[in-house]
Amino acid sequence: MGEVIVVTSGKGGVGKTTTTANVGTGLAKLDKKVVLIDTDIGLRNLDVVLGLENRIVYNLVDVIEGNCRIKQALIKDKRYPNLYLLPSAQTRDKSAVTPEEMKLLCEQLKGEFDYIIMDCPAGIEQGFKNAIAGADRALVVTTPEVSAVRDADRIIGLLEANEMKKTELIVNRLRIDMVNRGDMMSSDDVVEILAIDLIGIVPDDEKIVVSTNNGEPLVGDESLAGQAYMNICRRICGEDVPFLDLNAKKGFFARLFKKN
Amino acid sequence: MSVFDFFKKKPSSSNTAKSRLQLALVSDRTGCSPEIMEKIKNDIIDVLRKYIEIDLDGLDINIQTKNENGELTGPTLLANIPIKELKRHER
Repeated sequence: MGEVIVVTSGKGGVGKTTTTANVGTGLAKLDKKVVLIDTDIGLRNLDVVLGLENRIVYNLVDVIEGNCRIKQALIKDKRYPNLYLLPSAQTRDKSAVTPEEMKLLCEQLKGEFDYIIMDCPAGIEQGFKNAIAGADRALVVTTPEVSAVRDADRIIGLLEANEMKKTELIVNRLRIDMVNRGDMMSSDDVVEILAIDLIGIVPDDEKIVVSTNNGEPLVGDESLAGQAYMNICRRICGEDVPFLDLNAKKGFFARLFKKN
Repeated sequence: MSVFDFFKKKPSSSNTAKSRLQLALVSDRTGCSPEIMEKIKNDIIDVLRKYIEIDLDGLDINIQTKNENGELTGPTLLANIPIKELKRHER
């Protein structure tokens, strides 16, 4: 039986879609069969981040309304044979889907896939309720900023109230130079405030912008963000992976000495 | 301002962020807005006034999530109420 994971945050623009794309691709690289569902109806995004925007025929609302079979709407990623996308509808709104329908869809997909990952819209209204309805596990994404952490706290409270079995935190866009100067909260600070389990720290990395430009998730490459995302995937699978040392120097001499 | 103040470290902005957040989250989590705190405070004052005379200027009531050792606890209502005079009961 597959596991349904919702990626959520409350606040917009903290990296939910990027996280969904990278975690999904990473799990597929680890030989898991994965389907990503964009639940942000009316604001379709996950398809462009994955580079699959030109291949959409049917969408989530078509599946819910019975205009097509689930299999017809799933887009198979040519680069990773285990990875599929169920895109969102661009011309409808959140009321086109109910939490009960999402739950049913998740149950149907669980038999077929190892991981079903939902990209949740920002906010705490209908779209959020739809996205969490069928989920077994939640990844709460935040950045080390007061607004994002406050919204994450609210989301964690709502997930608890909805009896989410497992809720874990991803601290995104951490800038270690600013943390060292005392100008950014550290991941420890954020964990202390929110008091939930940490599953990943993703450093702020220009390569994320480049990878989104190209529609190619960078999970698993040599960049710090790529490594951080792959570590999150391994932890999702139950592996005990230590957190990256973001203070490690990248200079030539530092590398030379480290290898010896 | 003395010369020594110049060398004093300003609190880092990350610490400011952390303490501001902790305060904001207390009222978010308990559903206890500043207005409700004000009402609680006034009601407490009304009750105490029946028995003692209190120093309203020195009065401080708030919700904290840490004890005096800085350890995390459940939300606790902390009231610091200086007493001016105990009213004597007539015998």
